[in-house]
Amino acid sequence: MALLDKHGVIEKNATLLLIFSFLVVTIGGIVEIAPLFYLENTIEKVEGVRPYTPLELTGRDIYVREGCYVCHSQMIRPMRDEVERYGHYSLAAESMYDHPFQWGSKRTGPDLARVGNRYSDAWHVDHLTNPQSVVPESVMPKYGFLKHRMIEPTYIEDRLKTDQLVGVPYTSEMIANAKADFAAQVNPDGETDGLTARYGAKVNIRNFDGQPGISEMDALIAYLQVLGTMVDFSTFEPVASR
Amino acid sequence: MSKKPTTKKQVETTGHSWDGISEYNNPLPRWWLWTFYACIVWGVAYSIAMPAWPIFASGATPGLLHSSTRADVAADIQKYADANKPIEEKLVATDLNQIANDPELVDFTRNAGGAVFRTWCAQCHGAGAGGNPGFPNLLDSDWLHGGTIEQIYTDVQHGIRDPLDPDTNPAAAMPAHLTDGLLDQTQIDDVVQYVLQISGQQADAAKATAGAEVFANNCTACHGEDAKGMQEMGAPNLTDAIWLYGGDQATITKTVEFGRAGVMPSWSYAPEGGTARLSEAQIRSVAAYVHSLGGGQ
Repeated sequence: MALLDKHGVIEKNATLLLIFSFLVVTIGGIVEIAPLFYLENTIEKVEGVRPYTPLELTGRDIYVREGCYVCHSQMIRPMRDEVERYGHYSLAAESMYDHPFQWGSKRTGPDLARVGNRYSDAWHVDHLTNPQSVVPESVMPKYGFLKHRMIEPTYIEDRLKTDQLVGVPYTSEMIANAKADFAAQVNPDGETDGLTARYGAKVNIRNFDGQPGISEMDALIAYLQVLGTMVDFSTFEPVASR
Repeated sequence: MSKKPTTKKQVETTGHSWDGISEYNNPLPRWWLWTFYACIVWGVAYSIAMPAWPIFASGATPGLLHSSTRADVAADIQKYADANKPIEEKLVATDLNQIANDPELVDFTRNAGGAVFRTWCAQCHGAGAGGNPGFPNLLDSDWLHGGTIEQIYTDVQHGIRDPLDPDTNPAAAMPAHLTDGLLDQTQIDDVVQYVLQISGQQADAAKATAGAEVFANNCTACHGEDAKGMQEMGAPNLTDAIWLYGGDQATITKTVEFGRAGVMPSWSYAPEGGTARLSEAQIRSVAAYVHSLGGGQ
């Protein structure tokens, strides 16, 4: 027990105690966290997930700003009742470009992980303007003001660069064309080839709020309409060992 | 108050003494110690039995039990799908009009159709199917497109004015009379007064008389001579107190000026390479459910 007898040295020296405590915590951290960085299947590879378009990213920022995550989760858990109601359970890859992710842990409203393409844009406008007009029992606040707040993509390049900094694969071309892509997504009659070339043919290009100009409502609905629609589940084979 | 026994004094102290205070060297309570040991054993056993240890680059150890939440949920869904299979096949094979005569199918469609309704239809038609402004009430007998079970089934199957489905119900849209230049503002004001009058509301009699002519020239093709609507056009009855968008003067004016063309999605439509949102059995059960709510014809 010679080693245990020396324990007194640590107990009596605060600095030494701090150093050794730190070492112990570090070992624990390395064992638990480090393998995940190198594990190839931490994020399972799936087809279709792409970075958000500038307009969707702006909508996502509005989603975060308005605190939608306080009541809505974006994480369909692998349980029968959830899968039957919301659709395929969420995959890690589906939120790999989310900084921060919006998984959430509390549902006052329904899960939104697969709300994209589930309702029409007009329904979203009605519902965001006055949720009780379509769901009388809803306790959701009204977000009609989003329609009247017109937005300019002043800092959109910087916004994309920030996400690029933390690992979202925005190309220099995407960043250079961010302003143009931002405007192109709400104008189906305009030039949209650049946008679809950069973000794929599946990008929703519509006047989301049905009124002229680009409002926060446009951006938010563009974001909502893409949620959970990127992965092509007809080609997805789940790895059973997960 | 009795004094506590003082047997503890016989316990050894740790030998330290600070400011004359020494510390007993009591052993840990046995129950606590054994729980602690049991937890260690459980932890080791669990990590062997369940997927646990990450191995670089190739995933985690599968564990002796080969447990997988994904396999569990797939099996769970399959279990209920298998259990429902015979009755769903029976439902698909049964003539729509005969569903109500089969107690087993009535029971099934009430529950399964209700579940489909609350998942996919309630957001617009309301959880109780009572409708919302712009989305029809499905409880009453005032049907825009028809209330027979075949019609309900077809409309659920292909939707109303769904641009994606070529078989959709092509119900005529209410034109935007002002923006498309079909009527001028005076004519619109007159016809609105007429509609207010025939629906039994307070109206300006002089304007309504002028409006009657506007109505006869512009509206009867869809709403009918008597303004009682036409289901094949999807045009509502304007003489009753049931309104889809609202029956007050401002709302009727807006409807006439800017038109209306509500859309119901097609539930059998499948995008290329994708699957339809509802299966045939689900469409049939929700049609039977809606038909059974009270307004079915």
